[in-house]
Amino acid sequence: MLPEEIRHRLETRIAASAHPRELVVDVMYELQNHYGFLNDVALREVAELLQLTPLEVEELATFYDFIYRRPVGRFVLHVCDGVVCWMFEEQSALDYICKLLGVAPGETTPDGQFTVLPTVCVGYCDHAPAMLINGKLYGPLTPEFIDRTLEELRSISCDLVLCR
Amino acid sequence: MTEKVLFLNQKFDRPATLEEYRENGGYGALALALEKYAPGQVCDLVAESGLRGRGGAGFPTGRKWLSFAGRKQGPRYVVPNTDEMEPGTFKDRVLVNCDPHLVLEGIILAAYAIQADQGIFFIRPSYEQDAQLIEGELNRAREAGYLGKNILGSDFSFDIEVHRSAGRYICGEASAQVRAIQGYRPNPRKMPGLHLTERGLWDQPTLVNNAETLACIPAIVSRGPQWFKKIARTPSGAGTKLFCVSGRVVRPGCYELPMGTPLREIIEQEAGGMLPGSEFKACLPGGASTRFLPKKQWEVPMDFESLKKIGHQLGTSSIIVFDHNTCLVAATINLLNFFVRESCGWCTPCRDGLPFMRHLLLEIEHGRGKEEYIPMLRSMAGQMRHAYCAFAPGAAEPVLGLLEYFEDEVREHLSRGKCPCRFSDAGGGFRRKQCLT
Repeated sequence: MLPEEIRHRLETRIAASAHPRELVVDVMYELQNHYGFLNDVALREVAELLQLTPLEVEELATFYDFIYRRPVGRFVLHVCDGVVCWMFEEQSALDYICKLLGVAPGETTPDGQFTVLPTVCVGYCDHAPAMLINGKLYGPLTPEFIDRTLEELRSISCDLVLCR
Repeated sequence: MTEKVLFLNQKFDRPATLEEYRENGGYGALALALEKYAPGQVCDLVAESGLRGRGGAGFPTGRKWLSFAGRKQGPRYVVPNTDEMEPGTFKDRVLVNCDPHLVLEGIILAAYAIQADQGIFFIRPSYEQDAQLIEGELNRAREAGYLGKNILGSDFSFDIEVHRSAGRYICGEASAQVRAIQGYRPNPRKMPGLHLTERGLWDQPTLVNNAETLACIPAIVSRGPQWFKKIARTPSGAGTKLFCVSGRVVRPGCYELPMGTPLREIIEQEAGGMLPGSEFKACLPGGASTRFLPKKQWEVPMDFESLKKIGHQLGTSSIIVFDHNTCLVAATINLLNFFVRESCGWCTPCRDGLPFMRHLLLEIEHGRGKEEYIPMLRSMAGQMRHAYCAFAPGAAEPVLGLLEYFEDEVREHLSRGKCPCRFSDAGGGFRRKQCLT
């Protein structure tokens, strides 16, 4: 169940909008951040808030790659596999991260900390090879930099959320 | 010293503030336009300047604006497009972070010119930090009277809000972007004879312009269209351009240079030349949707017409540099992987044709290629022009470039029965595939 405070804030915004449907991405983000991912309950709540059918929300949720319909870890690693990053490391940054965390692309570590997602060009080609972690840029990636970054993130108690 | 239009207030480590922007004449163009020019006159100035869209297609900006004259009354919208998902392209991110108010002033001037009521700043999720920056600066602009009701005491009212996207390359296509904002599945949508400038957002006249295009407007208004046109180094160009350089160069980055600056000069002087041990083999001159450009053509002036003359496109003017060790068949597979994943799936040429081209190239790369694959690839790439929108024809460009300029390399894969490359150290501790020859 969505906490009253979030529901109220969203309802106020929706009521003030001339075209409530315009807010669907924002509402999906908000519920995703609350639940950790856009689960079936969240999907129905988005639909109900915006007076859409769950199917209408689903066709958007599954279209966008920053909306997660399956559980993700506390940190989502969007590892860029655009052509510039590829040129520098030929997917080996992705391979390295997967090996280090013991997961395949798309999987989450058993402790629920990290999800690794290969992602199209993230727009930081001047920092190639690059990745986004919960929306924040990390690059240029080297094995040592990746080791250090993931180690630091493990020990962070607060959630770092820019965009996920 | 090159004249700066877009990076005039560049601080390198932080965005310019509203005060710094104003000290250098910022918002002067808006005050001038509101006081001296009728909306149609602003459109005329832009048309006269020769400005062409910086998002990739290069459509004359003034002509687009002038088409609003006589459109139906009622709400009109301006959509500054900062989706920027073309691989190799990061200029709008750098621009917004360099001088946010320059972009905002450009949007407000565009809104005045076409008499829009509302702006919707479309930003991709990877640029969330920029979305937050823009929201903060919008507040400052509002407090200073540049946005809201009766801007600078005039009878013109306009405001801007940020629309956060949740990803997908196709949202950069104007008609798809309009659908994305409305909360519909963002497939491109075309209505015969009807343009977005007539029926866009919520069926109202809508102007979608790239952020860099809009950032050129204040200078055109304050310094004049002729001044703007003459900054270019070629008669066919106009203004300056943000060139993103990435790949195997010493200083990857975003550089503001006059339109028409030769490609070689951008790579060798601005980007510091090739990395040690790397030789220039080819580049994509305008992002992933353009053709590989070989060294024999690298003296070309970087403007729309000069590139067109030699069979290339300026695109987003994002120069992705490949060195002599990079297998261009493998690079093309990477590019097709991108397009296959990002296709919205609406039409068959794109949805089925792109994976088929990728399949043929993978067979070639893995030593299982056949002679007939080459004409098949050529034909398939040519057929992409029948796709519903510009996505698939763009995706076909690197394939066409590969076959046009590097057919020998493709054939070497066939004759050797394998890729003539091997893995080696990429620097930074990662492995990288390199050509043996």
